[in-house]
Amino acid sequence: MPQQMTGAEMVVEALKDQGVTDIFGYPGGAVLPMYDAIFQQDKVRHILVRHEQGATHMAEGYARSTGKVGVVLVTSGPGATNAVTGLTDALMDSIPIVCLTGQVATPLIGSDAFQECDTVGITRSCTKHNYLVKNVADLPRILHEAFYIARSGRPGPVLIDIPKDVQFAMGTYYGPTEIEATRHKSYRPQLEGDIRLIEAAVDMMLRAERPVFYTGGGVINAGPEASQHLRELAELTGFPVTSTLMGLGAFPGSSPQWLGMLGMHGSYQANMAMHDCDLMINLGARFDDRITGRIDAFSPQSRKIHVDIDPSSINKNIVIDLPIVGDVGHVLKEMVRIWRSKTNQPRTEALAPWWAEIETWRAKNSFGFANSSSVIKPQYAIQRLYEATKGRDVYVTTEVGQHQMWAAQHFPFDLPNRWMTSGGLGTMGYGLPAAIGVQVAHPEALVIDIAGEASVQMTMQEMSTAVQYGLPVKIFILNNERMGMVRQWQELLHGGRYAHSYSESLPDFVKLAEAYGGHGIKCDNPADLDAAIREMIDSPKPVLFDCLVEKHENCLPMIPSGKPHNEMILPDFAGDVGAVIDAKGRELV
Amino acid sequence: MNALLQPTGSVYSLVPETQTPERHTLSVLVDNEPGILARIVGLFAARGFNIDSLTVSETEHEKGLSRITVVTVATPKVLQQIKLQLERLVPVHRVHDLTDEGKSLERELALVKVASSGEPRAEALRLADAYRAQIVDATTESFVFEITGKPSKIDSFIAIMVPLGLVEVVRTGLAAIARGPEGM
Repeated sequence: MPQQMTGAEMVVEALKDQGVTDIFGYPGGAVLPMYDAIFQQDKVRHILVRHEQGATHMAEGYARSTGKVGVVLVTSGPGATNAVTGLTDALMDSIPIVCLTGQVATPLIGSDAFQECDTVGITRSCTKHNYLVKNVADLPRILHEAFYIARSGRPGPVLIDIPKDVQFAMGTYYGPTEIEATRHKSYRPQLEGDIRLIEAAVDMMLRAERPVFYTGGGVINAGPEASQHLRELAELTGFPVTSTLMGLGAFPGSSPQWLGMLGMHGSYQANMAMHDCDLMINLGARFDDRITGRIDAFSPQSRKIHVDIDPSSINKNIVIDLPIVGDVGHVLKEMVRIWRSKTNQPRTEALAPWWAEIETWRAKNSFGFANSSSVIKPQYAIQRLYEATKGRDVYVTTEVGQHQMWAAQHFPFDLPNRWMTSGGLGTMGYGLPAAIGVQVAHPEALVIDIAGEASVQMTMQEMSTAVQYGLPVKIFILNNERMGMVRQWQELLHGGRYAHSYSESLPDFVKLAEAYGGHGIKCDNPADLDAAIREMIDSPKPVLFDCLVEKHENCLPMIPSGKPHNEMILPDFAGDVGAVIDAKGRELV
Repeated sequence: MNALLQPTGSVYSLVPETQTPERHTLSVLVDNEPGILARIVGLFAARGFNIDSLTVSETEHEKGLSRITVVTVATPKVLQQIKLQLERLVPVHRVHDLTDEGKSLERELALVKVASSGEPRAEALRLADAYRAQIVDATTESFVFEITGKPSKIDSFIAIMVPLGLVEVVRTGLAAIARGPEGM
């Protein structure tokens, strides 16, 4: 029913109509009317953050763990510019976010008013779409359209910049049903894959002798059903499955068909399977440079099928033999149906030599490491964390760096939407606020941020948010007193000149946790680790767990610069990794 | 060379470009909304695509549609990316590659100011007539010619006016449309 109300009330009404129950924000002069409207209702809960970047990552964590759109509300000027990192992060990782920003009143726009900035200009290249609302009559349409654009097609962040006078102005509000009836003029994502192409793909799969499924974040974004279809298809075909960092959890880490993550720090068997396959089936991944390594030596003998909802991802980095544009969930469902219509026979015999080869690669145990009884190895810490949380309702976020890769290697997932990490942008400081966003959506779950001591300090202030709302996130810091990945690259490629990669003057994380009103735990002895992890899990409070680990551990295996998948360096490599990178590799950017 | 300054490795893989760049004219149908031009231009700038010529104007007022004609030089692979990236923008309806579709009409308009006297002035007038340029302004010591045609014709007219007292030129950029009965 159309109703008369102010622009600010329309925003809250639209949030309710879009099923939004929680938003993350920070007030300021240009959003006060919207805060006033939020104050006068109790359907939409507002989580007050400590920095707008935190709000965006919380919204991302919320979105990734629920499949719903995450919502951010920040003020004009610095509020908007502080949100830019999170918006860019969401764009790179295709996460649905709606960011509402206040703006100075329309007559003041362009006058360099207090807390004015060109928000739509600044965010044009870091959003899927953005709007400046100049007339309250446009506001209901824009609000609903923003949610539709954020969650449909290839999801992404959408920003709505609302001047203060528009928030005060009276207008007519319409619900989403009245607006969704009219199709969008130009935005029409292709959801259904071309059935003839899917049939052709299945024909190729039926003939393949060395196939591999290479899955990505698209499978997660396509919803839990897509993960189900993937499992079904993998079972029917008997093909091995690997995944990007973004796609972990879509396929169970406990399955014998699972090869582990691929890419720069992926498993040897996954990368070798990618290199030596005769048919690569890319499901919702984008041939990112961390996956492909050297492009002209990437999987030289394979035919490549690429399923992606975004046509611009196809042929962008790697030439594709059979492109299928569509929602990967739909395409997987059709693949299962068509495969079933063609055969009931598993191709066990035809694939046996391929699997035998894969098992020899797997036997190299590329995620192996030399454990120690005197120092906690970071990989061991993650393994113990995994064992202690097995069988629980657990969600994991990470910061960015070595600990992130170790988490991806040693913490397997059996369900989608359980793993939140900044893949594309590589945003240090992502994990703590993302964990808070996850905990808001899943109050009863165990939410752990596997962190590094450098990353976590970038958004540490959000501990205060966690304490305020009683969100018992567990921040598991692998503290090596270094920016580990930077240190590793300096060791391998810059002659061990460790320029500014020390974490000096670190805080006492136990006291810091207590200062925030949380619980602090410190552990530096492998023998005490299990008990300390138990204490962390049992604590009803947000926890900072300071896990002092081996300081110079390198993250291996690793595909060195300018090298293809099959020249991966394994943990038992005895030579100088820097020397493996030849002159040609050094010429690369 | 100082070993410390030597370029170091990375995983970014740079494959030498083997394809030859081609010149293509794209016609882009968009919603005529604030910021649309910034979106198009920003996309070209952000992704390192070239713009040789850009023409924008509202073409269907009642539907609120504008037509953008953009001339770009790119390899076939990059050209495909340009089209697909443009189509990704929410207010973009369609992108047509008029060069690929063949047989398109391309026209440009230029205003050319020439100041001279005596024989050069008479010669400028004779050549303008030969090129079917119109005189749109005249003083005793100058002319402004209006010339329409393919960009190559305008190039050649401007070149010929240089020794005859060319003062300045403005060009509209390219307007292009496919031949035949089909619309975009």
